[in-house]
Amino acid sequence: MSAFLSVANVSRSFGPNLTTGEKIAARLGASVETRHVQAVSGVSLTVRKGETLGLVGESGCGKSTLGRLIAGILPPSEGTVQIDGAPVMQGGRKVTTRVQTVFQDPFASLDPRMKVGMTVAEGPIAHGLTTKAQAKAYVAEWFGRVGLDPAWVDRYPHQFSGGQRQRIAIARALAMQPDVLICDEPVASLDVSIQAQIINLFLQLQRDLDLTCVFISHDLSVVRHVSERVAVMYLGRIVELGPVGQVFERPAHPYTAALFGSVPKLVLDADELVHFEPIEGEVPSPLSPPPGCHYHPRCPLASEVCALDIPPLRDVREGRVAACHHAEAQLQRY
Amino acid sequence: MRQSTPLGRFWAEFRENRVAVVALVVVVLMSLLAIFAPLISPQNPYDLANLSLLDARRAPGFVGSGGYAHLLGTDPQGRDLLSAIFYGLRISIQIGLAAGLVALTIGASLGILAAYLGGRLESLIMRIVDLQLSFPAILLALVLVALLGQGKAQLIGALVAAQYAYFARTAYGAAKAERGKDYIEAALATPLSGRVVILRHLLPNCMPPLIVVATVQIANSISLEATLSFLGLGLPVTEPSLGMLISNGFPYMMSGRYWISVYPGVALIILIVAINIVGDQVRDQFNPRLRK
Repeated sequence: MSAFLSVANVSRSFGPNLTTGEKIAARLGASVETRHVQAVSGVSLTVRKGETLGLVGESGCGKSTLGRLIAGILPPSEGTVQIDGAPVMQGGRKVTTRVQTVFQDPFASLDPRMKVGMTVAEGPIAHGLTTKAQAKAYVAEWFGRVGLDPAWVDRYPHQFSGGQRQRIAIARALAMQPDVLICDEPVASLDVSIQAQIINLFLQLQRDLDLTCVFISHDLSVVRHVSERVAVMYLGRIVELGPVGQVFERPAHPYTAALFGSVPKLVLDADELVHFEPIEGEVPSPLSPPPGCHYHPRCPLASEVCALDIPPLRDVREGRVAACHHAEAQLQRY
Repeated sequence: MRQSTPLGRFWAEFRENRVAVVALVVVVLMSLLAIFAPLISPQNPYDLANLSLLDARRAPGFVGSGGYAHLLGTDPQGRDLLSAIFYGLRISIQIGLAAGLVALTIGASLGILAAYLGGRLESLIMRIVDLQLSFPAILLALVLVALLGQGKAQLIGALVAAQYAYFARTAYGAAKAERGKDYIEAALATPLSGRVVILRHLLPNCMPPLIVVATVQIANSISLEATLSFLGLGLPVTEPSLGMLISNGFPYMMSGRYWISVYPGVALIILIVAINIVGDQVRDQFNPRLRK
């Protein structure tokens, strides 16, 4: 498998800025407690050209942070992200336009005081993809491709609906002619009826433009619909990664199984009702995650080794990896 | 609403408040009086050759050596008060506007830079601003005028130094809030340069609160200038501003010659109140929570 987008051992932690008092205390030799949150730790993955990788997990599992690391919005604490062999960030700065992002909330991601045509045009103008003179035609073309009336370029964001705004945000990202598109929950804040339109638009554009995508969502059915492979994250680590059908049908990690098992279904067979059970317990605080496998306090398969050793990501089937000491046992449950 | 440009909608809403519209008309009228003072004044009050001490301290309506009636009376130097008020307005508005706009530029730049860059520079700038805000502005302006000496430029400098901190605080707060929003992140992720993000995205979105503070601070500069002039620290005596006219008439208040102080005072009050009413309406319109 040739890797187009490669994420190598990427970590990101967030620490609160020390107060002046704490800085002085640290200078004087006192031990200052640093409350670091390891949002993403040691994540490695690769995405083929033209492939869509789904990224799922509960809120706070670090999937959005991982998306921002790949998009070059946040510099990683460790590790590198490369597109086609070229780094996304260098010295804390984004050095490529080949990866662009569609944000979750189209009501926040468009500048309220800028005409939407300008919002779409300013990036391509700044990076020489079009000229000021040709910008109007360029923007009109992208408006057409995302299903917007090119006559609307002189309007302001507040004059559009949520779905239309998200189309504008998609046009802004695609007008930069990226190879990789990061979609950070692009439909989560839209009405269900609009979600389908945006997803179909997204699928069509992805095919037409041969885009490589990372699709972040907590909506499992959306991820199943759009992606070829899926990565499941739990507390900053990838716990399972594989082709979307196989992972959904036969999870190799107990967390994946529990996550899919806790999705309420609209249509239930009588005997299926039994399988619907929520995951026990709460997500542990990322400030002090449990030792060993982060999932072991909630895991039905947990044994002694789970509390001691961090399970590495290992091959469990052809093209599938999982980070579980008992992956085989989990696979046997189906 | 017919118009849908931001400015059009703003004006449509502004028009609904009659008091604010009247105040705006008053501000515009007084500005016109100030601009065209040399054309409409009966006398040039700054030309000493025009003044006669024989005409000093005359009551309103007195026909002096110039052969015309002094509608508002004359001051202790024999100036026609009406003319002196027109010219005084000119100076007051000039100084208020100049000081307000310069302070806006400096303060907004500092505040937005501090919010955008963060880190040590942010702490440094904002601690200086906080320090300055803990002094009364009038005290600082007094000291500076005393040090710099008299003259328009010095006075504007002192007012700017006394007021930029308010703009810096406001700009900082607004920019800090905007900085964390997705559209700034989206612009930075494109990537666009910091200069472009600040000028095209951050600054326009910080303007509403800055415009509000600017309106109020222009009124404040005018009253601060009047205060300094009243205390004799502002401009030269030969070119009295409104504050100095009030000060000149002050010793005669008790002798029944009220007009020398009162009419310039009334002009000053009307100007400041009108600017503040306009400023309040602008603030209400920019603050959606106050909307009915």
